[in-house]
Amino acid sequence: MSTDLKLYETIKDSGIDLILSLPCIMLKGLLELIEEKNEIQHISITREEEGVGIAAGAYLGGKTPAILIQNSGLGNSVNAIKSLLQLFKIPVIFIMSHRGAEGEKIKAQIPMGQLIPDLLDLLKIRKFIIDSKKNIKSIKNAVELSKSLDISTGILLKKTLWGIQ
Amino acid sequence: MGDSMKRYDAIKRIVECLSNELIICNIGAPSRELFNIKDRAENFYMLGSMGLASSIAFGLAFSKPKKKVWCIDGDGSILMNLGSLSTIANHHPKNLTLIVIDNGSYGSTGNQKTYTSKKTKLEIIAKGAGFESITVINNEDEIKPTLKNLETSCHFIKINTQPGNAQVANIPLEPEEIKKRFIDSVSR
Repeated sequence: MSTDLKLYETIKDSGIDLILSLPCIMLKGLLELIEEKNEIQHISITREEEGVGIAAGAYLGGKTPAILIQNSGLGNSVNAIKSLLQLFKIPVIFIMSHRGAEGEKIKAQIPMGQLIPDLLDLLKIRKFIIDSKKNIKSIKNAVELSKSLDISTGILLKKTLWGIQ
Repeated sequence: MGDSMKRYDAIKRIVECLSNELIICNIGAPSRELFNIKDRAENFYMLGSMGLASSIAFGLAFSKPKKKVWCIDGDGSILMNLGSLSTIANHHPKNLTLIVIDNGSYGSTGNQKTYTSKKTKLEIIAKGAGFESITVINNEDEIKPTLKNLETSCHFIKINTQPGNAQVANIPLEPEEIKKRFIDSVSR
């Protein structure tokens, strides 16, 4: 099974039933699968913070929403994470491609990419790092933790997951 | 801007038209005024995250297509999250009515002017975003006939009012209480 298909199947099996996305080149294959298979509801968003709002509304309506974005978008969502999700204890799963980390060739990605692990800690968002196919299964742990404690969780998808150095 | 109507008057009229609609209400004075006029479990008072009322309402309407959702939003808040209009219009949830009370000012922070008090027209932005049903209300008397006769569709309704806040107390509810009773009312 390809990495993207395994990611897709694990997301689906974890109970996530709504994905709010902004594209990233690393997420291209996964986004195509979400569209093709048409099993998980999917909404394209215009900015990550907007996705936090939509996810909160969807949660109030009984959904298990995930936000699928590049890590840079977490920076666009900080206030909404604190004053909406955490204030009301609304759980959302952030699935993020991690640009700007090891082996990054585009300089502009690096400042935010390097900040992300610390930013997640500062925001008190439990992080799950997926750097190989065998730990894709931790997506399920993240979703279970989110749902059982009404907290948001952050999943970082590393380049090495797709065998990119 | 409209007649002598202020936001409080507009919300009062909106509340008179309610049956079982779920309401997502903008942060600050709008939520306090709504709470003061009529508190109900079906009201979700945003306490933070300015700009996201329309997004929360859309997420709810999308997830609960059989429930009617009204969003009470403001001009300053809409201007903060214009992309939301594109997302909503393209998905066209037929159970969502976005009511924007446009008083041309950031009411909760002391009535500093927004750009809608100058050149910006939110109804034209909404049209450009793809909304098909757009109504602009200038007089208090028009609110009831508009909201009472809504067809099943995704509506953008702008109510022009004067700036100004009613002197009402803060909402005494804890955030989790607002959430919990709202979720209970959604699943009823």
